[in-house]
Amino acid sequence: MPPSPSPRSGSGGPPASTVELVVNGRSRTVRLDNRTSLLDALREELRLTGSKKGCDHGQCGACTVLLDGRRVNSCLVLAVAASGRPVTTVEGLAAGDRLHPVQQAFLDRDAYQCGYCTPGQICSAVGVLAEAAAGWPSAVTPPGRDGADGSVAGLDAAEVRERMSGNICRCGAYANIVPAVLDAAAATAGAGADGSDGGAVGARS
Amino acid sequence: MTGTVAAPSTEQTAEQTGGRTSAPAHRVEGREKVTGRAHYAYEYPVDEVAYAWAVCADVPHGRVRHVDVDAAMGLPGVLAVLWHGNAPRMASTGDAMQDQLQSDRVHFRGEVVAVVVATTAEQAREVAGLVRVDYATEPHRSVLTEDDPSLYRPEQLNAGIPTTSEMGDPDAAFERSEVRVDEVYRTPGLHNNAMEPHATTAVWTDDRVTLWDSNQGSTPVRDAVCQVFELPRDRVRVVSTHVGGGFGSKGTPRPQVVLAVLAARHVGRPVRMALTRQQMFALVGYRTPTIQRVRLGADRTGRLQVIDHRAVVQTATHQEFAEQVGVATRVMYAARHRRTDHHVAVLDVPIPSWMRAPGECPGMYALESAMDELAVRLGMDPVELRIRNEPATDPERGTPFSSRNLVACLRRGADLVGWADRDPRPRSRREGEWWIGTGVASSTYPAYASPASASATAHPDGGYTVRVNATDIGTGARTALLVLAAEALGAARDRVRILIGDSDLPEAGVAGGSMGTASWGWAVTKVCAALRAELEDRFPDGPAEDLTVQASTEEDLQDRADVTRQAFGAQFATVRVSDVTGEIRLDRMVGVFAAGRIVNPVTARSQFLGGMTMGVGMALLEEGVMDAAFGDYANHDLATYHVPVNADIRDIHVEWIDEHDEQVNPMGTKGIGEIGIVGAAAAVANAVHHATGIRVRSLPVHLEDVASWAR
Ligand code: FES
Ligand code: FES
Repeated sequence: MPPSPSPRSGSGGPPASTVELVVNGRSRTVRLDNRTSLLDALREELRLTGSKKGCDHGQCGACTVLLDGRRVNSCLVLAVAASGRPVTTVEGLAAGDRLHPVQQAFLDRDAYQCGYCTPGQICSAVGVLAEAAAGWPSAVTPPGRDGADGSVAGLDAAEVRERMSGNICRCGAYANIVPAVLDAAAATAGAGADGSDGGAVGARS
Repeated sequence: MTGTVAAPSTEQTAEQTGGRTSAPAHRVEGREKVTGRAHYAYEYPVDEVAYAWAVCADVPHGRVRHVDVDAAMGLPGVLAVLWHGNAPRMASTGDAMQDQLQSDRVHFRGEVVAVVVATTAEQAREVAGLVRVDYATEPHRSVLTEDDPSLYRPEQLNAGIPTTSEMGDPDAAFERSEVRVDEVYRTPGLHNNAMEPHATTAVWTDDRVTLWDSNQGSTPVRDAVCQVFELPRDRVRVVSTHVGGGFGSKGTPRPQVVLAVLAARHVGRPVRMALTRQQMFALVGYRTPTIQRVRLGADRTGRLQVIDHRAVVQTATHQEFAEQVGVATRVMYAARHRRTDHHVAVLDVPIPSWMRAPGECPGMYALESAMDELAVRLGMDPVELRIRNEPATDPERGTPFSSRNLVACLRRGADLVGWADRDPRPRSRREGEWWIGTGVASSTYPAYASPASASATAHPDGGYTVRVNATDIGTGARTALLVLAAEALGAARDRVRILIGDSDLPEAGVAGGSMGTASWGWAVTKVCAALRAELEDRFPDGPAEDLTVQASTEEDLQDRADVTRQAFGAQFATVRVSDVTGEIRLDRMVGVFAAGRIVNPVTARSQFLGGMTMGVGMALLEEGVMDAAFGDYANHDLATYHVPVNADIRDIHVEWIDEHDEQVNPMGTKGIGEIGIVGAAAAVANAVHHATGIRVRSLPVHLEDVASWAR
């Protein structure tokens, strides 16, 4: 559903729109200040505070969610622009008590400390697995391998480091995040890169 | 709400672990963290909440003449605009960070001059940008130099450490020395940048206030709020269940604490306030830039005759923070003649403060770089040089070390990296466009402890609850304390609940100085042992109702033996430097540490990794650039202040030496949160020298320092 804006005058308040937020498979229609970022809509309006705010400027990745199955910095997306589009947050990855393979791998590898970057890292990693499965190259993918391979098995440590570099971890858990993502890649290989309802990039439409 | 978490399911008991080395434990709050259910300070569900946004000074020095409140109050959703002209006068704690909106003075660019409170965060933020502040500006000086006219010797350094130390005749001994190093090393302003911005949710109910706050210790936050608002302790509660990192910046209350409480009282609604990432660069402390002159003199065999380490640092005009840069130099190496000294420049800058290993971290960069230079001038192996100067006792205090295994760390690290095969000549190894080099540096950090209290309750169902106001800022404290509690109780870990992060719990010190596990763990061990004894004595079949005992370590910490308690380590870096571009890549880091008993190998390893990773940032990336004209750290965001990202860190290997130390505390632990950053930058810079033959004495090492195109 496209957002329906209200006229600037008349209400007295800041311009607002009615927005349909489709998050983790659930749809809710809310009235939002047009300035509201997707991140703030999730955190303040829906009280889904799993997505974190580390910078609010697209510089840290703590707010990473999957939008249309692709990872985005939700602090850089206006909520009105996400109206009607499926969003997956860290809260939507586990199937009941069963953790998503990426979540499980982060636990097993102690791929975090304070945990504040972690939801963003995990959503980002889910996106990475899908991107790799769809054959998307990264800056370190050797020429000739780009896009042709199309398998998660193409992920190695160098690929993971490169693809996960949009997510800062000030606690410095990188040396554990890389094996965690590789574990998750191995666990999901063959079963589709993404165990969630977020869908895989490229494959979805 | 108070840090209640389920223990990991494991049947392992203390007896089974054999006492010294615990079975690894995964984080007790891990599930909450990976599913997004862990609530941080800004995130506690509160109804009818209002949002506060800081308006920060955009002049570096002067006075606020007026704030145009009326224009802002006319905008929709605005509940209040507070500035010193309309804010109530409040009591002072003596820490300028709590003196918010109390004076018209602007001491540094970025200081809070007003706060906007509005019904939405969007509106608070926009109005904060619209509020007109009228300043009377005054001239400012914000750039540190070694000949600043304001330089003085502080009465004492941070943490009460003496400003100077001197033995023998360092000047004469230096002149006499056969081999000498006399160099100046510089480090820039460094910013903690915990991932979770400083935030407070403040809720008044009648005459009580509850804060969900992001800090390294909720007791000092509670006490500060009591002082400023003149409230008795039982009317203030501070909850800090999960904290998104601190690295020193959350050791004391930052401006949002007082401002959120004030705003919430003023508008009669709960208030959330978070600092923005940009605001953090001025408002939560940072590591002072340093200028350090190190003079080393040795005989031809490499024996140090003199160590002379003098540091220049900066502080703000209205509050002193004098970083103890030379402190590690006092314990590292033997030499008859020695001096450490500190001078502080008073500048119109934000107040510097604690950042991971204040003192040791910048000081050891300089000392360990100078040691590398000395090894080169001696034609001696830098590992051997350090071993040759190993002191038998504390070189300045003369006291024995409770344990000291620096040599073992150096030897083990050397083995791990194949140091014996290293060609010592700089610029001796090349692969394609890359020069490759390896470097070494020592690490050290004191093993402190502070008094703590705790309680332990045995439940009739065989379970236990242990309470201590510890704070887990990502260190794994909650998990380590669970391991220690289970061990002392002789109980399976999944029978023990540990409650931390709430000022209503038994009082304990902050997560700082790498003394959390030692301090809190001591109290937990003591109270759990007491409970166990009581149970065995009076209730061998288990208590019929809850049985609680309390303990404090206040007395245990008095009259301790006069020994030097210190952890040590050795770090080895391998770097490659492109001959074409000057690009510097870290191939590998190896750290070996001797830090007493390691309570939980899983989280301990992460602590070492994290410290070393931040040290790599210090070596190659991090640089607060002071803009002389604006008096501002110009690169105050994460796009321009570069911290390490995943691709910057390749292979890091961490090990520890099995070290038994009965004199540090009953558990035999030394702190591990800070030592990982100490020495890391020197190891990297020394490796850059080995790779390229270029000695860079100013951090971070830039590619233009080493690139052939730039020379
Ligand atoms: S909060 Fe969105 S990138 Fe940092
Ligand atoms: S776990 Fe703390 S920032 Fe990544």
